[in-house]
Amino acid sequence: MWLMKESLLQYRQLLRQGEQFAAYNFREYAKRRTRDAFRENKSVDDPRRIQELIQQGLKDLQMMKRQTVISQFYSLDRLVVEGGISGKQKGKKGDLIRQKDPGWD
Amino acid sequence: MASISPSVLKQASRLASKSSLTSAARRTFPRVASTQVSRVQSRTYVSETKRNDAQIADAKIETAIHLDKKDFEKAGLSLNAQDGSNQKVSPMADILSNATVMDEGQRPIYLDMQATTPVDPRVLDAMLPFFVSEFGNPHSRTHAYGWESEKAVEEARGHIAKLIGADPKEIIFTSGATESNNMSIKGVARFFGRGGKKKHIVTSQTEHKCVLDSCRHLQDEGFEVTYLPVKNTGLIDMAELEAAIREDTMLVSIMSVNNEIGVIQPLEEIGKLCRSKKVFFHTDAAQAVGKIPMDVNKMNIDLMSISSHKIYGPKGIGACYVRRRPRVRLDPIISGGGQERGLRSGTLAPPLVVGFGEACRVASQEMPYDTKRIKFLSDKLLNGLLSMEHTSQNGDPNHFYPGCVNVSFAYVEGESLLMALKDIALSSGSACTSASLEPSYVLRALGSSDEMAHSSIRFGIGRYTTEQEIDYVLKAVSERVSFLRELSPLWELVQEGIDLNTIQWSQH
Repeated sequence: MWLMKESLLQYRQLLRQGEQFAAYNFREYAKRRTRDAFRENKSVDDPRRIQELIQQGLKDLQMMKRQTVISQFYSLDRLVVEGGISGKQKGKKGDLIRQKDPGWD
Repeated sequence: MASISPSVLKQASRLASKSSLTSAARRTFPRVASTQVSRVQSRTYVSETKRNDAQIADAKIETAIHLDKKDFEKAGLSLNAQDGSNQKVSPMADILSNATVMDEGQRPIYLDMQATTPVDPRVLDAMLPFFVSEFGNPHSRTHAYGWESEKAVEEARGHIAKLIGADPKEIIFTSGATESNNMSIKGVARFFGRGGKKKHIVTSQTEHKCVLDSCRHLQDEGFEVTYLPVKNTGLIDMAELEAAIREDTMLVSIMSVNNEIGVIQPLEEIGKLCRSKKVFFHTDAAQAVGKIPMDVNKMNIDLMSISSHKIYGPKGIGACYVRRRPRVRLDPIISGGGQERGLRSGTLAPPLVVGFGEACRVASQEMPYDTKRIKFLSDKLLNGLLSMEHTSQNGDPNHFYPGCVNVSFAYVEGESLLMALKDIALSSGSACTSASLEPSYVLRALGSSDEMAHSSIRFGIGRYTTEQEIDYVLKAVSERVSFLRELSPLWELVQEGIDLNTIQWSQH
């Protein structure tokens, strides 16, 4: 039972951490990969295997903690698709960082 | 906001001055002016109105980047040209008023995964310690700094070897696939050319430029090279290959996955043929390793070039697989301290090597997941693009890597379409030739006409491509292709049912 709780907690932590990536593609990938990995392994019964997977998840979580910080240092302009296809995100949240013009001209 | 507006202004003025977008149209005008259309004598296709049309439509392209004009209007920003101030001024003013609300992202979507790929965060995470603290020379055998670097390098070598089913000792690190190709082809040729018995190389016409150029260089040195033609699907003909192998052939070099059209060659059959004829088989697998399952023993590959930055690793490193049993002997291009079995001297770069190894480990771990995902996105993109009229896929529709979709849009010039698709990072062919306007030699080798080769675009889908991006691309491409076709006089002719091949273009 506590394994179940443990894995749910980790699932939430991984999703939250993935949300922190500044780059759109990495952010979406992190969330999608987390979701798919948990879905793929939801029928695992063997407690030892679950332990292994949780250890693996822990490593990934630590990696993501480091990498999200790095990615926030070097964040660029948003992609044209972010905020939905209608482009509703207007950057009023104050998290819009522009560091660089794309290209020469 | 302050920093984005200058670039937007520049972009806007460029659009309004019609220099980039209507260049295709402008180029065709003088030619069409003197066109003699055999059937319809009275029609003329050139008029002032056409140019004005283009101007209005220019504004349309700009809005296509911001797909919903209605949203802006709802936000209380009227974009109507009739509301007074903007009316007398050019459409430029319209665009400028747009520019003030361009607060969303401006960075293009990346769909050029055949050129290069972003570095995976997992890979960067593995690399950083070697940039920050573990700086030892991996060839230093006398102290701990060297040992720890060497251990990491050997681990990375193991990951790479595992991905291709080889022994770690058979992996030679180089600076990239270009160097690996050069090393393999020139190395084998020079080693066996010394004996004077074998002096023939077989390769195909759709190879990467670095293979073709190495072969041409060897021709100058007195070797003979056969450039095999390909079928119009992009696959090589096994019978032709067998016929091309002679007594004095020493090397066959065929790439695994083509970089422009994504066609997967029948490696296993080629390997078997080469082994039976006792010829070395080299394959340029820069686009294949980590994306499709590769096994050097099953495919009888003797030499293989691998690149790191095509599989989400760092740029500046690659590897060459050199078989040990039966031993492939090479003449090294770079001589020196004898690192890497003496085949490629020079100190290794542990951060890059470790990143490369981690990229391979991640690739082998994620391959089933990625393959499924990329296949799904690719099918979606391909179906969407092919549902437009007069589009066709280049290459074999059954034997291609789904992450590389090459589509021709007839009656649109590829370069002008790329210019119109500023919000999507695409290319019409390999990055090496993207500076020139020449049609791709790969597509010419498939036997496609000049027009089709000029109008082709390559879409590269990778691990980080999202479904939303594909939706955006489909929408943007269909909008702008139809816009460019409206400009094109050829498209008008086609709509009238005139076969373009029957037209006598007058020369001047």
